[in-house]
Formats: sequence, C-alpha cells, structure tokens
Amino acid sequence: MKKTVSILLIMCMFLALALTGCGQEEKAPGENAEADNSAVKVGFVYVGPASDGGWTTSHDVARKQLENNLNIDTLYKESVPEGPECEKVINDLIDQGCNVIFSTSFGFMDYTLNAAKAHPDVKFMHCSGYMTNENMGAYFGRIYQARYLSGIAAGMKTKTDKIGYVAAYEIPEVLRGINAFTLGVRSVNPDATVHVKWTHTWIDAAKAKDAAVALLAEDCDVITQHQDAPGPQIAAEEKGVWSIGYNMDMKDVAPKAYITAPVWNWGPYYEKQVKAIMDGTWKAENYWGGMEDGIVDLAPLTENAPEGAKEAIEKVKAEIIDGSFKVFSGPIKGQAGEIRVAEGETLTDEELTSMDWFVEGVVGNPKQ
Amino acid sequence: MDATISFLAAAIVAGTPLLFATLGEIITEKVGNLNLGVEGMMLMGAIIGFKTALVTHSPIIALLTSMLAGAAGALIYAVLTVSFRANQVVTGLTLTTFGTGFAGFLGQNLVGQVVPATVKSFFRPFAFPGLSKIPVLGEIFFQQDIFVYLSYLSVFIVGVYLYKTSFGLNVRAVGENPGAADVASINTTFYKYFHILLGGALCGLGGAYLSLVYIPVWQNNVTAGRGWIAVALVIFAIWNPYKAVIGSYLFGGLDIIGFRIQDTSFPVSMYFLDMLPYIVTVVILVVISFRKSKENAPPQGLGNPYFREER
Repeated sequence: MKKTVSILLIMCMFLALALTGCGQEEKAPGENAEADNSAVKVGFVYVGPASDGGWTTSHDVARKQLENNLNIDTLYKESVPEGPECEKVINDLIDQGCNVIFSTSFGFMDYTLNAAKAHPDVKFMHCSGYMTNENMGAYFGRIYQARYLSGIAAGMKTKTDKIGYVAAYEIPEVLRGINAFTLGVRSVNPDATVHVKWTHTWIDAAKAKDAAVALLAEDCDVITQHQDAPGPQIAAEEKGVWSIGYNMDMKDVAPKAYITAPVWNWGPYYEKQVKAIMDGTWKAENYWGGMEDGIVDLAPLTENAPEGAKEAIEKVKAEIIDGSFKVFSGPIKGQAGEIRVAEGETLTDEELTSMDWFVEGVVGNPKQ
Repeated sequence: MDATISFLAAAIVAGTPLLFATLGEIITEKVGNLNLGVEGMMLMGAIIGFKTALVTHSPIIALLTSMLAGAAGALIYAVLTVSFRANQVVTGLTLTTFGTGFAGFLGQNLVGQVVPATVKSFFRPFAFPGLSKIPVLGEIFFQQDIFVYLSYLSVFIVGVYLYKTSFGLNVRAVGENPGAADVASINTTFYKYFHILLGGALCGLGGAYLSLVYIPVWQNNVTAGRGWIAVALVIFAIWNPYKAVIGSYLFGGLDIIGFRIQDTSFPVSMYFLDMLPYIVTVVILVVISFRKSKENAPPQGLGNPYFREER
C-alpha cells in the first residue's frame, strides 16, 4: 500500500517537472492578423529560454519585431535540446500551421535539414550552420566586426596595457572574435596584449567569473568575454576596473565597469526574409551579414568609455559599412611574429570559418 | 607569493558553496539517508534567496528563506524516503530534476536582474577584525565576505554537534543501525526528518552563496553541477565535517587552478584538470575499501529504508 502511494507521489513529482521544467510555451494566434498575412506563419526553435538575457533573447526580440512590423503570427518553442527532439518540435510547429521555420542553434542543423527534406513546401532558415537545401537557408552575422570596434575602446581604456578575454571553447568562431578584438586593441595601442583564459563552458557564470578573477590578478584592467553568462562583468565591477560585454547591453550588471558590447540585431534580416517569402521572391541562401546590414552592432558607449573612443569607433564603423575597411586585411602577424596575411591580401570566408591561430598580441594557446 | 595568496583566497571562495552543500549532505548521510538531490536543493535555495533579496532588500531574510527553500526540497525527499520508504537514489535524482525545473520556472523572468545594492554591500568582503592581521593566513582566510565566515562557523558547529554531544551520538547511531537506535528509544523518524531537513537547509545556503554573493545576477542553472561535486566530496571527506573543509577548498582550488597555469611553462590540459576531482574521489573510494577501517566507512545503514516491523 505504502509503496503504491510513494510511487504515485514520485509520479506526481515527474508530472510537476514536466509542467514546470520544460517551459515550452506557445503563443496563441494573434487576433489582429489580416487576411493578406495569414498565409505566412513563422515558427521559432530556441535552444534556451526566451528570457535567457543573451543569445535566445536576441532572437526573441527579433521575433516580436516581426510580429509587430509585418503583422503576422509567430510561434516559438524554447529550451529545445540539440538532438532528435528538435525534429519533433519542428514537425509540431508545422502541424500548428507554421510554414516558415527559424531554428537558432548550431546543433539544430541536421534535424532542420531532415525536416526541410520532409516538408518541401515549408521554408527553413538555420542560424550559425553551413548546410542548405532548396527550401533551407543558413544565416549568421559577422560579430567579429563589432568585436574589432569594442577592441578600440578597450585599447584606449587600458592603463596597464593588459586586457583580459574570458573565452569558452577553442573553436573558429571564438578564435575569430579574439583575433578581431586584438587587432582592434592594437590599432590604437600597439603595446597592449590580450590575455585569454579558456573556461570550457558557455553558461557557468561562476567559472567564467573565476577566470576573470585570475586575469585581474595578472594586472589586466579591461575584461571582455565570449561567454553567455555575465560573470566576468561582475568580477571587473568588484575590482573597480572596466569591462566589455557580449550578446546584449550589460549595463545593469556592472554599471561602473561596463563600456560597451558587441550585440546581435536579427530583426531587419528576419523581416527581409519573411517579406521575400510573402512576395514569392525568397531563395535559399547561405548568408553571413555584417554591420552594413545592421545584423551585428556595437551597443551604445557608456560614460565609462575612454575619451575619443566614440569618434574613433564611428570612423572605423563607417569604413566597415562602406566596405573600405576589412578587419582581416594584411599585413597581419601571427603570435610568433610571422606574417599570416600579407599586405594587400584579405582572408576569405573559408579561411575565417576555419581559423585556428592567434594574431600577434594574444597571450594564450589557440589549441586544446 | 602574492599570486599564490590570491590563488588560495580565490580557492576558498570557489570552495564555499561546495562546503555548505557537503556539510548538508554529510548530516543527511549520517542519519542513513543518501540524498542525491543536492543540486536541486541548491538551486531551490538559490532562486528563493535571490527572489527574496529582490523583494525585501534584506540579506538576512534572503539567507533565511534560502535555507527554508532547501529544507522544503529536503522535506519532499524525507516524506518519500522516511515515511513511505521509497528508493533513496531514485527519489534524490527526482529531487534534482525537480529543483532544476523549479528554479528555472520561478527565474524565467528574472534572468539578468541584479541583486539590490543593500544586499550586495552586505556581502562585500571585509577584513575580519584581529585575525586578518595574521601574516599570510589572515590574507587568505580572513579577508572574505560574511558568508565565508559563516561557513567556518558551520563546520565548527556541525563538528562539535556530531562528535561532542549526545544528540550527535544519537545521529550516528541512527545512521549506523536504526534498529539498535530504536531499541535505545531514540526517535529514529524524528532524527531522520530533522537532519535531512537541516542538510537541505545547508544545501540551500550553498546555492544562495552563488546567486546572492558570487554571481549576484540571476542565471539559469547557476550551480552548474556543483551539487554533484558535493556528493563526491562527502566520500572524499569520509563523512567527516572537518575533512570536508580540506576537500572543499581542494576541489575549489582544482576548479580554478586551470586559469592560473594556462599560459605558464607548465602545460596541463584543461580537460585533465576538470577530471581531477573525480579521479581523486575514485582513488579515495578504492583506498577506503582496502583499508576497511570502521572510522573511515560510510554509515552502515546508508541507503536502506528502516522498517520497525522488520527489525
């Protein structure tokens, strides 16, 4: 008897978990959908909770813009694991009437492709991957351009000429960011070095903070991060030095330290794509946009920014946007001082997406 | 020298949430209950403490509610395993999943919110009067925040309670042989409930240290597996609160040493360092099983439900 009761109670706990933990939410169809737009219904697949305050939030902000500006219906599924369940979630969205799907994490790539093959009449767009299909596009942003600009602010701010960089994993995307940042730093402060610590986690805020504390103990006085959690910002705030964020504005976390942050702005791209689908002009593409499209940007500088940084950054930003300046144009030296990119040359997108080395001025090991 | 001192001081900070959780789990296991819900109870304490701090702006109330939250999680476990004699391992695992979901659900709209300034300043490190003047040791142990001092005190209280009081003797008796304890007219059910709840409260405090002091910004899953390290630490400490101190700071230090040696001439893979705490635990398990000394053994009744009728 008692065993039965306890089994029942355990089942209740599992049920409670299923109700609370997964937190998959759906939005009821909007009432203001007009007849013209009812043909398009967009579904989003998120890897984290919509309110994660970083990566997923940046996509969710764009989803809301899509709803308001194009007056269409959207659905989203949050905290979807990067595995076979993703395909089920996509099918679910299609069953609920979605005919456009955005899946916003690298690990969704294979499953998005499977779904795309199974549903030729639905349009798919996958973020940060490389696989495409007739009805599946890939898209990502050149956040490294914004990192270069944030490097200018850091290079002008540092007094010790040592800047700390808390980084997650030794993958091309992260290495590219570190290199672009360092090039930005040394464009205004050739003596400065960028010190990298690997955490091997995206989300463990405490570990990211530990890494920043270690960097601060080595005399770094500006801290930046390629982490989703704001731990390094807190370490800089507590030590009374400066910080540069990532993903979104982190002013509230570290009001006395925070200078700026490279941020994502997916809204304009999503609008353009959905409009093209509505007009019937959409074609699957592999899109890697930069500042010229506004898909990446630098958050507004705070009063912690060094004097003259705004002007210097505006100038380079304008050059990036009109195409006269490319971040990875030679001459660029590698860590040992050897020439990696000769004068007059620019790294191609293939070279950028397979980057496995550090530029001169980075202190750290680019390989595991 | 300065670098070493700053490293050791940071190791204490990294070890403090582990220390609270380990103490909590030691107390729980001392009454014969293996509660694998440490991670869940830490997260429950973390979110409730954080939410309370946001609403009341009071650090003391936030600490108390985080303890209550941890104890509430432990209560679920206690009802199931003590009263209904459910399988302890399964119940504990369920509690971890439950606590994770509980914190994620309540924290849904809190991500990125910051602890109020009054609470933050309360938890700022300060030099402990007198003791901080001790050369080297003072700098390492006594220039910390109030939470860390509280953890020193907790170790002392738990140690004295378990080994120097008659209540502590009863606790150990219940954990070793609940049948014999029952015969000696010790209220085993009460002892189990009380100490499982107390253990949960300490786990809640460990979680609150992460969400209120170390990362005073709400983050999903702020414990990131530290509850599991605490479960391993109990074995490392061979169920002894004083050895838990050494273990916690050692594991805390191992957690952060990678950052201090990454670009020195001493190249060690980060992955290897991440493995070390668990390797050490396995080695200790092996050593314990070889030595078979009574002092170093786990409580004999650990993991078994107690039926008076089957005595």
